Amino acid sequence: MEKFKRILVSNAVPIAFLALSISAVLVARIPPLFLVSEIVRRLSRNTFLVLSLLIPIVAGMGLNFGIVLGAMAGQAAMFFVVDWKIKDIPGVIVAMILGSVIATLLGWLAGLVLNRAKGREMITSMILGFFANGVYQLIFLFFIGSIIPFKTRQFLLPEGVGLRNTVDLYGSIASALNKVWIVRIGTVRVFVVPILITVGLCFLIYFLFKTKLGQDIRAVGQDMHIAEVAGIKVNKIRIIAVIMSTVLAAIGQIIYLQDISTINTYNSHEQVGLFSIAALLVGGASTRRASIWNAIIGVLLFHTLFVVAPSAGNKLFGQPQVGEFFREFLAYAVIAFALAMHGWSAKKGKH
Amino acid sequence: MNKLFDLLKRVDIPTLIIFVFLISLFILAAFTKVSIPSLLSDSLKRIGMNGVLVLAMVPTIRSGIGPNFGLPIGIIGGLIGALVSMQLGLVGYFGFWVSVLLAIVLCTAIGILYGWLLERVRGQEMMVGTYMGYSIVAFMSIMWLLLPFSNPDMVWAIGGRGLRYTLTLQDYFGYVLNNFLKFKVGRLEVPTGLLLFFVGACLVVYIFFKTRMGLAIDLTGQNERYAISSGVNTKRARLIAVVLSTIIGGVGIIVYAQSYGFLQLYQAPLFMTFPAVASILIGGASIRRASITNVVVGTIAFQTLLTIALPVLSQVTRGDITEVMRLIVSNGMILYALTRAPKEAN
Amino acid sequence: MEKALEMRNISKSFYGNQVLKNVSIDLMPGEVHGLVGENGAGKSTLMNILFGMPVIHSTGGFEGEIFVGGQKVEIDSPRKAMELGIGMVHQEFMLLPGFTITENIKLNREITKSNFVSKLLGKSLETLDFSKMRRDAKEALASIGMTVDEYLPVAGLPVGHKQFIEIAREIDKKNLKLLVLDEPTAVLSETEAEKLLDAIRFLSSKGISVLFISHRLIEVLKVSNRITILRDGAIVDQGPASSFTISEIAEKMVGRKIDMVGLPPRKTEPSDKDIIMSIRGLKVAMPGESVKDFSIDIRRGEILGIGGLAGHGKLGIANGIAGIFPASGEITLDGKPYRLNNPAYALNNGIVYLSEDRRGVGLLLNESIEMNIAATAIEAFDQFTKRFFLFKIYDTKSIRNHALEMIKELDIRCKSPTQPVRRLSGGNQQKVCLARAFTLKPRILFVSEPTRGIDVGAKKLVLDHLVKMNRDHSITIVMTSSELAELRTICDRIAIVAEGRLAAILPPNATDAEFGLAMAGELQEVKASE
Repeated sequence: MEKFKRILVSNAVPIAFLALSISAVLVARIPPLFLVSEIVRRLSRNTFLVLSLLIPIVAGMGLNFGIVLGAMAGQAAMFFVVDWKIKDIPGVIVAMILGSVIATLLGWLAGLVLNRAKGREMITSMILGFFANGVYQLIFLFFIGSIIPFKTRQFLLPEGVGLRNTVDLYGSIASALNKVWIVRIGTVRVFVVPILITVGLCFLIYFLFKTKLGQDIRAVGQDMHIAEVAGIKVNKIRIIAVIMSTVLAAIGQIIYLQDISTINTYNSHEQVGLFSIAALLVGGASTRRASIWNAIIGVLLFHTLFVVAPSAGNKLFGQPQVGEFFREFLAYAVIAFALAMHGWSAKKGKH
Repeated sequence: MNKLFDLLKRVDIPTLIIFVFLISLFILAAFTKVSIPSLLSDSLKRIGMNGVLVLAMVPTIRSGIGPNFGLPIGIIGGLIGALVSMQLGLVGYFGFWVSVLLAIVLCTAIGILYGWLLERVRGQEMMVGTYMGYSIVAFMSIMWLLLPFSNPDMVWAIGGRGLRYTLTLQDYFGYVLNNFLKFKVGRLEVPTGLLLFFVGACLVVYIFFKTRMGLAIDLTGQNERYAISSGVNTKRARLIAVVLSTIIGGVGIIVYAQSYGFLQLYQAPLFMTFPAVASILIGGASIRRASITNVVVGTIAFQTLLTIALPVLSQVTRGDITEVMRLIVSNGMILYALTRAPKEAN
Repeated sequence: MEKALEMRNISKSFYGNQVLKNVSIDLMPGEVHGLVGENGAGKSTLMNILFGMPVIHSTGGFEGEIFVGGQKVEIDSPRKAMELGIGMVHQEFMLLPGFTITENIKLNREITKSNFVSKLLGKSLETLDFSKMRRDAKEALASIGMTVDEYLPVAGLPVGHKQFIEIAREIDKKNLKLLVLDEPTAVLSETEAEKLLDAIRFLSSKGISVLFISHRLIEVLKVSNRITILRDGAIVDQGPASSFTISEIAEKMVGRKIDMVGLPPRKTEPSDKDIIMSIRGLKVAMPGESVKDFSIDIRRGEILGIGGLAGHGKLGIANGIAGIFPASGEITLDGKPYRLNNPAYALNNGIVYLSEDRRGVGLLLNESIEMNIAATAIEAFDQFTKRFFLFKIYDTKSIRNHALEMIKELDIRCKSPTQPVRRLSGGNQQKVCLARAFTLKPRILFVSEPTRGIDVGAKKLVLDHLVKMNRDHSITIVMTSSELAELRTICDRIAIVAEGRLAAILPPNATDAEFGLAMAGELQEVKASE
């Protein structure tokens, strides 16, 4: 009984979300098959991004709001791939390689910044994301087409400088990964390749934490001072953790966008941090502890609610907007709650 | 000369860069066809508009909590005050002051709750504050749709339910402060009432920090253990700082709205926080220390930068580069403040 | 035989304050060397130098030379120290709570085996070989007589076990030549401590030198071959353990040079008939300085000294009375019950406390001298305030006047009253603290370690001023200090605390031996047997 209670308390967030999702599903009366196919699709396109958050958490740096930088890198790479007219799988591969290179550079810079803000990594990574967003806009609104060459006129603004608000990927790398291998179960379509890539990443992360590097990351995450005294190069390990996270986010964003098939030039990356972090937390992770299962369960629960919230809002209040605001509220609130719990326990730990 | 050198040594590098940039913009402006007096009147207006919101950062920074990233919480209180005043059909000065009064009452209540929460998450205040702000704004977005406001000027024309995104204050208390004792020198327009209100607010806060309670907040922020040994109830001091900041935020948005002429609901409160934080930092504050001078200098520098940059830079480049610049400058400034090694810790 | 370690003429200053002066120490292979000294004597700094801690190099390095196995070495990082075979068990646990015992013992020295990824991308991606790591961990634990499952996480283990795990970790380093144990028995029960001493003897028998730092002098005497006594950053004595007794060590640790100056007389001498504060059964939960059961009567108008060895609770007393740390007990002030755990109440009843942690508690480092002097008085008593419309605000002019007066009175060397106290020397900072205390018009002034970290000339000025406050303004003073000499210079009586209890109240002219025995907690036993 006691044990049962403890399990209940320590998994309060996922359980509450499960209840919420189920009731929203019941209220919305969404056709189950539609719901299942939506969830399966979201699982294959969003999980990779959520997984990119794990390593910095284990490294003790909290939720890496800086994965936005990775998302930008991935997007930037895709613009060029589209411009260079590299299509389908080669296009995706080139985008991933180019994106990883940019993300490595950005991750290294982010790591340097975060090493100067020990103890405030989360707020710093968040502001870093906003700052990078400014630079991103500067580049893609003012530099591209003028300083940076870009041939595909149809994606540029009328003056020939700056990208349009949307860049669509049809005819280049749209669904490039999805369409390689589709398994149909009734009306539900399963995109096997993105799922395989995600599963591959799970194994990779599992493997990482069985290696010396993974052990060092764990040690740094528990106590920087002790790790330093033991001779581990703390700053270097932290930078490596951020770089890995940023690179994974870049790849994750490419997987995500090839599924969506259009890039919202100035918005697609913005919500990546928010929704990925919220999903991870909904899955029962905290700012100090997270597992692969938290990521998977989180995507499942969070996106169920995401799909059904607008129609539930419509059914309940006669306004679909209510549902939209409500899911946004949930995303923020779950993060606020997790952060509050983190502050709370950190304070308790001190005394 | 020596004194000037001393001053330069004390000024932060980013602050210096921004001032140099500002001066070069003015020089640039002289060569373009932009009218400097109208730029100046514009920036005077924006200084008064945003100043009070920047002022809201002072109490929390001085109490050691850091910049109040939960500013939207106070803003929501102010918005409700203004909405109620509109719903009641109050106009002019009366409408304005009723809004302010309501805002103060509401923000005190919300501020106590918010302060209570922050006390429980010591060390994570900035992050928790940010996301509390986000959550409340999203939650209130739902409320704006559902609350029973019925004034036809406020709700959607179709359906008659749910508040609009922006409400015109023209017929209510729009521009009441701006127009108070307004005068013109050539083409330079001075919104006297607005500036007076800002100065008055600064003065009140300045004096507050000279009272026992203000000093208690100061001591708590500078050295909590010194404060305790001086008999200060540090928890209470921090709570008061948060409440005060929330109230100033609430009043600040009303001042902002009357000068802008519109009340902005839904997502709008979110975009107030970072410029306000950045302004005070540009004025030379750090996340641990801030003064009224920092508020005034920072607001003037940041707002003038934005007003001057738009017309001047649009002649040099194409399109609205100011929005991008605002993002880079404000977030860059906050980033710098977060990452610089705290001088206080030896 | 080649010396295992020699540190020659080591000197080190922090912020212009010399904490080590020409310290030389050496160890033969297999020797157990006891290092004793009060808090602040320089032991930790010496060990930080030996271990290449970053704090040393970020504050300008040190002077002197270090030889390991006869070779001169530059130790610039903990890693370098480890490579040279120097291991350390720290005062605070250096164990990761979420790691298993094995993982902790093998921290950053994991055994790995290569896999196809590591062949491609480098050694850091080699897989950990847990079975080999476990075997090593087990072996190291067994060698010091520990039988604990090596796969358990450290988090839930009793503190005693943690200490042994740290030692096991050091033993597991195959090149270990010298092990530093910093206060290893402080958290152990008596039987555990006994086991630890056995482990030390075992190490010594294997030819590993041990540098043993402890406040428990009995243990130091029991296990050491030689002993070095540090005081004020210098060596006061060094020799074979057999040449010392406990009370001799205690006496040397706290110093004994006294220049009895003629203190000015009083009109009426304090007596047991006129008690200002009576303390009964005081318990204070101050980490590292807990008071267990302390009772004393403070006479009106006296200067009472409180002495004792570090860690025995002498600092806890004032902290408890002033309400800084949680306390309980029966206290009366002027015969009336006195409330504990309330700093504001203490101030309002004229109980003023100057902390031993001057920079951490006593001062607002970035604030001006005048504000440092006046802030507490404004907060506690509404002093220096004036009306301004609806508000009552502090009055800059009267603060300035008072500050100028104080600066003159105490001879605070500064440019102006608006100078930040951070820029002042330690001695002048302490004078600012005294000015702040005096401003509060104390009835009893509790002052802890008033001369710690300030230079010799300023020390005398501070003590002189305390005497002046006592004589001219009849302020009762309770002074806590690690320096017996200064207590004996100005106090009327000296209470010695041992194990959180009152061990003895001695007159300042009691013999060194008596003080030594009292500090070792043995005086009462001696008296009883007489």
